[in-house]
Amino acid sequence: MSTAATRGHVEITNVRKSFGGTEVLKGVSLTVPPGGVAVIVGPSGSGKSTLLRTINHLEKADGGYITIDGQLVGYQVRGNKLHELREKDILKQRTDIGMVFQNFNLFPHLTALENVTEAPVVALHRNKAEARKRALELLDRVGLKDRADAYPRQLSGGQQQRVAIARALALDPKILLFDEPTSALDPELVNEVLDVIRELATSGTTLIIVTHEMGFARDVADTVVFMDDGQIVEQGSPQEIFANPREPRTRSFFSKVIEPAFNI
Amino acid sequence: MSSAATTVAQSAQQSAPEPAPASAAAESPTAAAAQSAAAPDAVARPAADYSDYKLVPARHPWRWVGTVLVALGVVAVAWSLATNPRWEWGVVAKWFTAQSVVNGLLETLKLTAISGALGFILGFILALMRLSASPLLLSVSWTFSWIFRSTPLLVQMLLWYNLGYLYEKISLGIPFTDIRFFEVQTTTLISQFAAAVLGLTLNQAAYSAEIIRGGILSVDQGQLEAAAALGIPAWRRSTRIVLPQAMRAILPTAFNEIIGLVKGTSIVYVLAYSELFYTVQVIYNRTQQVLPLLLVATLWYVAITSVLSVFQYYIERHYSKGAVRNLPLTPLQKARKFFATHAAVNFDRVNLDRAKDIR
Ligand SMILES: Nc1ncnc2c1ncn2[C@@H]1O[C@H](COP(=O)(O)OP(=O)(O)O)[C@@H](O)[C@H]1O
Ligand SMILES: [Mg+2]
Repeated sequence: MSTAATRGHVEITNVRKSFGGTEVLKGVSLTVPPGGVAVIVGPSGSGKSTLLRTINHLEKADGGYITIDGQLVGYQVRGNKLHELREKDILKQRTDIGMVFQNFNLFPHLTALENVTEAPVVALHRNKAEARKRALELLDRVGLKDRADAYPRQLSGGQQQRVAIARALALDPKILLFDEPTSALDPELVNEVLDVIRELATSGTTLIIVTHEMGFARDVADTVVFMDDGQIVEQGSPQEIFANPREPRTRSFFSKVIEPAFNI
Repeated sequence: MSSAATTVAQSAQQSAPEPAPASAAAESPTAAAAQSAAAPDAVARPAADYSDYKLVPARHPWRWVGTVLVALGVVAVAWSLATNPRWEWGVVAKWFTAQSVVNGLLETLKLTAISGALGFILGFILALMRLSASPLLLSVSWTFSWIFRSTPLLVQMLLWYNLGYLYEKISLGIPFTDIRFFEVQTTTLISQFAAAVLGLTLNQAAYSAEIIRGGILSVDQGQLEAAAALGIPAWRRSTRIVLPQAMRAILPTAFNEIIGLVKGTSIVYVLAYSELFYTVQVIYNRTQQVLPLLLVATLWYVAITSVLSVFQYYIERHYSKGAVRNLPLTPLQKARKFFATHAAVNFDRVNLDRAKDIR
């Protein structure tokens, strides 16, 4: 959506992943340009979370590779082999890739502010006062400046997820991954989180979002990706995908998740 | 409505000497409330304004009956302890702070502190080994716990003390060569103290390892994942993210272990090591005042345990930060609140307001 973005070009090439005997990702390829917003939809168990987790190497792909701005994720080329990076270098790569989880995964024993400052201080070695100042700005941006000293359990689900977004932003990532950020929320809290993500969509950060909120997907996405059974079945602009899905599987999925009143 | 009206009537009567609160319906609230109590089904009257009425907490008469009964029991036991001459309280008092007993006490504290600290440090390492992906580390840790948990502590103790019989010399060098960096007689290295610390530490480590492992397992996997996704290094993930959360599960059992260890140190009497219990035994063998001297040791153990329990309370409270929505009051704060509220009921409104502030 943003025009000026120059970083955060994600290239996923033929990624495969199996758990035990079952292949969960069956050769997935996807390109998201700098500042682009890709929304991944699809039935439960289709491999959406696994794909997101391979992007920051929380899950190691069995085949294929992922590059961010041309740099391989989790590996380096030596001769004609790909060597897995050491933990230290992987951690460094991850600071470019923020992730927001379905269950927030805030650190419950740290205040909202401490949650946000932890990574910049220990992973990017930023100075504490500076990190704190930036964290307060971010909490302000997600509308929670006055709750900086609250512990996660003292916050509502929507507030917790907004703190989690601030925490991911604190590393100034090139890319933000959202794995069903509103699925654990009560319906009336969904919008406060989606509004924050909407604002991010125009900020030039590349976003890859897994969600079941179809209305939101239509508003915010540059590309909608439909996944089923470990494969990308179809992708295109929201208009193409929602109004004229080509594949029968896509059509049948939308007929289940989109209520009749929904129109493009 | 009728029971509410009755309550209001009571409180209104109690507050009779005070200036009457403003009321829209009646010239005096006492009269109005009493009237409604007498005729609860009276025709509807305009809604009364209770905003200036005093609150009276519910009474719990059975709680007081129970309290009195238990108090009587406690008094009876205390009375019998105090008046039965066979307890020989004079002897207890004489030995309680005797130099030899105090020295024994210090030895007990020293053994507990050293083997407790070393035991938990080693236990932490064993727990991490047990959770590691390396099959070797995992099995070494498992075997360690298996051996030390299946051998009686008494046997371990005597084995360490008699290590000199099994191995005359202990040396550090390169295996399978004649190169030795140092070499000592085992008996000079393994004193009573060393045998005691070694035995208690290794045994303690085997148990603490399981406690710490249990605590670590109780922390949600998502926490580690989130920390890894944020690029937080492994050591920091353990110490800053996982361990503080694991502490909530670890602490109650860990304090159980430490309190057990305080009394468990008495087992080193088999090494003729003069800690508290051994000292007391030596004394009563000489003076034949068995019961009073056992009482001396017991009272000291009770004292140590009590102090530890207070520590436990506050440490647990510290680690419950963020785990509970609001920290519960400490006993001290509770007591203050109790006296403030209960005093307020019988006195004036100023006290009640003060009680609210404390809350
Ligand atoms: N760590 C794992 N071990 C075994 N199976 C897994 C694991 N993670 C995911 N799976 C399986 O992979 C499939 C895809 O899961 P997931 O990526 O979570 O799907 P989605 O997010 O689209 O619902 C599911 O069948 C799931 O059971
Ligand atoms: Mg998922």
